[in-house]
Formats: sequence, C-alpha cells, structure tokens
Amino acid sequence: MTDLRLYLLQRASAALMLPLIVIHLIVIYYATSKGLTAADVLSRTRGSLAWGAFYTLFVVLAAVHAAIGVRVILREWTSLAASARDGIAITFALALLLLGLRAVAAVVLP
Amino acid sequence: MAGTATDGNGGSIEVHLWRGREQGDYERFEVPAQANQTILDVVTYIQRNLDPTVAYRFACRVGVCGSCAMTVNGRPRWTCRTHVSKVLEDGRVEIGPLANLPVIKDLATDMRVFFEKWQAAQGRFTPSQTRADPIPQMPPSERVTIDKAIECINCGVCYSACDTVRWNDKYLGPAALNRAWTLVNDKRDAGNLDRLRAITAEGGCQSCHTHQSCADHCPAQLNPTESIAGLKRRAMEAYLKGEL
Repeated sequence: MTDLRLYLLQRASAALMLPLIVIHLIVIYYATSKGLTAADVLSRTRGSLAWGAFYTLFVVLAAVHAAIGVRVILREWTSLAASARDGIAITFALALLLLGLRAVAAVVLP
Repeated sequence: MAGTATDGNGGSIEVHLWRGREQGDYERFEVPAQANQTILDVVTYIQRNLDPTVAYRFACRVGVCGSCAMTVNGRPRWTCRTHVSKVLEDGRVEIGPLANLPVIKDLATDMRVFFEKWQAAQGRFTPSQTRADPIPQMPPSERVTIDKAIECINCGVCYSACDTVRWNDKYLGPAALNRAWTLVNDKRDAGNLDRLRAITAEGGCQSCHTHQSCADHCPAQLNPTESIAGLKRRAMEAYLKGEL
C-alpha cells in the first residue's frame, strides 16, 4: 500500500507541477528578455504573498516528487536495506525543502 | 572446438552455446546449414550429434507451448519460431538461456519464480457462481479488452526482456500483471479486490517504468505494457474510492 500511495503522490505532484513549471519558464523568459536586474526582480517579489505562495508550493511539490523518485532509483540500483533507502529519500526531501524554502524566503521576505 | 559435423549441404553455422549455470562460458560448435532451419533445430542438432550433455527445453516445436524460449544474439526469442537466416550475423549465432531467471544447466532456466509471481499476482480465476447457476453470458463487446491480452502462453520472453525485473527482484513482471489484467476485466471473477491489493503491493504494477520491452519482444504480439497501464488506472480508481 505504501508503494501505491507514493506512486500516486508522485504522479499527482508531477501533474500539479506542470503548470507551475510553465509559469516559471515564462517568468524567466520575461525577466531575461526585459533585461531586469536583480534589484528589479527583488522589488517585484519582496513582500509579495502571491509569489511567496507560488514558489513555496513549487518547492514542496518538487521535494516530494524528487524524493519518491530517488527512493525508486535506490531500490533498483543499490543493495541498500529498505530502511536505509527510506532514510536517504526522506533526508533528500528535507534537504530540498530546506534549500528551496530558504531561497523563497530570500526573494520574498522584505 | 567441442565438435564438428560435415554432413550438411550448404556450409556451416558457427554456434556459440552457453554451457554451465550462472557461471559458465560459451562453447563453439559448427552445425551444418539447412534450408528453413530454426534455432531450435540447431540446438537439437548439437544435442543429438555433437554433445549429448547439452541441456535445453522444448515440447511442441511450433510456437504453441512456450517451452523453448532462449536468448538468441542477446534477444529473448522462441527458438522454434526463429529462423537461423533471420538472426545470423557474419555466419555466427550466440544462444544462451533466458535472462532474469536462474539457470539450471546450459539453456534450461528454472522458471519457478516466474510462475510463483503469477500466483502472487492472483493470476487465477476466482469463481463468483456455483455449478448450479446458469452459465453467465458474456457478449463479445465485453471481451474486447480481455481478448487483447489473453493469448499469453507463459514463455517468459517478456520477463527476460524486462529491465524492471532485472533491477527489482520483487517486481511481478509483465506476464503475471498481464494475466491479472485479463481477470480484472472479467465480470465473472469474484477476486478482484484481493487481486488489486496483490498487484499494488511492493513490486506491483506501479513499479513498471513503461519501457515497453515486453511489448517489443512478445512473440505473440501482446502488449503487457498496455495491460499494466490499465492496472495502474484501475488501482488509482480503487484507491480514490477508498477500496484499497
């Protein structure tokens, strides 16, 4: 059952991330084509609840999605015990979450 | 060279045949070339004329029984339905046992784990009625999904070709899951909740990476990948309904 739940969670996170990725790419294209400086970008993102919520959701989904994939890769490519595989995958998820939220905080918090 | 034969009528074929178990080596034989010769003919010739200690498995010789599958030039095939002329490379052919299964000896694999996984996937019909009930009617329209997947003869070619089987020893494999899919679609079957639990446990349908090697290699032109995709959908529906 755990395997099925994680499988569905990974599919659901992928589906939810798709529109976020498209918006993220459009933002990158917009920022670079308009020649926005770091200060220009920060002036738009700092204090913005919308950008904060957008990228927080993105980070959470990416951490969940990638860690489930890492768990499968460890199952198929290493001889690690199940507890070690789960431990590494959870640590990886927490690391992504921490690094991602830190980055979000850096551009959103005033 | 272990043996030679010179009674052919059109040159000879250089055959490299696996000898041993998990550990072993390919042994070189020369077999007289014949018209319309199959790989099974070649192996049989070696066993009857050059080295009677060669172990291999076959029964029907006509693509019905699923016993004679082996790895031919790196690809799992029914040897009885593989013409030498189709697979010969520079006058040479390499014949080994099926991959992903323990080797008993030479070309014969131990298929126990393959069939145990059929059982683990609940690949058997669970009756919903008794012999006293009338025979249930099943219109052809309800058979379409089942018919597409039913002609599996348990040869093990898909199991041998599957990357996920190689990486994950718990994975049930394409044949067992394909069989489960035929039963999941059979309205007369009463065991589908148990079956869905079995095929979504560790190593179940969700482990499939959709590489499609099974569909590519299946000698009966079945598409187990499609069946497994169906099982994934059915499992998701059951989960969302709270049945799993």
